[in-house]
Amino acid sequence: MNINHHLDDATLISYSAGALSQGMALVVATHISICDQCRQLAEANDALGGALLESLDSEKVGDTMLANLLSQLDDQPPETVTLAPVKRDPEIPVPLSDYIDGSLDQLEWKRIVPGVAYYDMPWEGRGVSRLLRIAPGKSMLAHTHDGNELTMVLRGSFSDEVGRFCRGDVADLDDQIEHQPLVDSEEDCICLIATDAPLRFTTLFGKLVQPITGF
Amino acid sequence: MNNRPPGEDLENIVQISQADMASSDWSDLLASLSENADKRVYARLFHHFAPKVKAYIVRLGVNGGAAEEVTQEVMLSIWRKAHMYHPEKAAASTWIFRLARNQSIDWMRKQKYPLYSLEEWSDTAAEPGQGEQEVLSDRVAKAISLLPEKQSQVIYMSYFEGRSHGDIASRLDIPLGSVKSRIRLASEKLKQIWGGEYEH
Ligand SMILES: [Zn+2]
Repeated sequence: MNINHHLDDATLISYSAGALSQGMALVVATHISICDQCRQLAEANDALGGALLESLDSEKVGDTMLANLLSQLDDQPPETVTLAPVKRDPEIPVPLSDYIDGSLDQLEWKRIVPGVAYYDMPWEGRGVSRLLRIAPGKSMLAHTHDGNELTMVLRGSFSDEVGRFCRGDVADLDDQIEHQPLVDSEEDCICLIATDAPLRFTTLFGKLVQPITGF
Repeated sequence: MNNRPPGEDLENIVQISQADMASSDWSDLLASLSENADKRVYARLFHHFAPKVKAYIVRLGVNGGAAEEVTQEVMLSIWRKAHMYHPEKAAASTWIFRLARNQSIDWMRKQKYPLYSLEEWSDTAAEPGQGEQEVLSDRVAKAISLLPEKQSQVIYMSYFEGRSHGDIASRLDIPLGSVKSRIRLASEKLKQIWGGEYEH
């Protein structure tokens, strides 16, 4: 896959550290699952985690823990790898397929305004985690971010001041960047987005998805 | 180990000096467990890793009985997943770190941390060989100690406290962008050291 826009190093470190919100971690895992370049960095960052684990001073564990474990081991079946369903929609990368049944078109999209719809990921938490579907030629109001925002394209494409984003590309932005994405594909653009900013963003998001048409 | 748990006869067999084990030896040991489910090997891995896994879990903010419980879960999963360990892909410490991280998060959030599947691409990715992987792991520990304090601090706050960029920014009272650039700089330097380009 030809990917031109990748995850920020700081985001990859946070992912390996387990420090990302559910939604941000989902975008990262989804991108990594189809991007060799970011995957190798993630591997290296996990090795950093391993080295840090080794460097820790030991914490005493209960005297009976090992005995407890040893007495259970014979009853433990080896864990098998859960493979993704064979009939999985190839448009949906594996990490995302855990949360989506069927195809992107079968989702119950909630329309906000003509040409813009969303589908929320099934969890609560800080920040936003959702799929966003925007019709060709639609744009979003220029906006800044209150925190980090990750956007991964699953279908179609958009362009903004940074460049053109196609399937697999990730826009990894922080509050320093003001941008105004415009959908420039012939089909709808579907993105997986997440933010780590607290509730304040929800308000901003409401503005963000209004198409610029009519303004 | 003065208070040996009753019925613990394996303990005698595994009282081997572990002080001089290099990290590559732990990977070899875990690899041998992956081929042969041997409780003596498992017990040795337990003695080395369980106290570190618990230290990690406690630092993430899980306390008391819960820390003990999650540690036990992680150590149990080492046994159950050992057959999936490939020493050419990751050092034992890296592999166990992932288990500890994922299970701590799952416990704290009651949600599975989104992961990318390691299996589906295992044949395609160009991975460092086992030897290199070990050097990597040993070098990283030294490399971290060479970082300026401002940079190692954000690495520690990420890995050991699980803090987001925004959280670190408000703790240190610096802008979000500074947190990210410190992490980026640290990451860049660490990678230079992995690449062996770092002279110090
Ligand atoms: Zn990438």
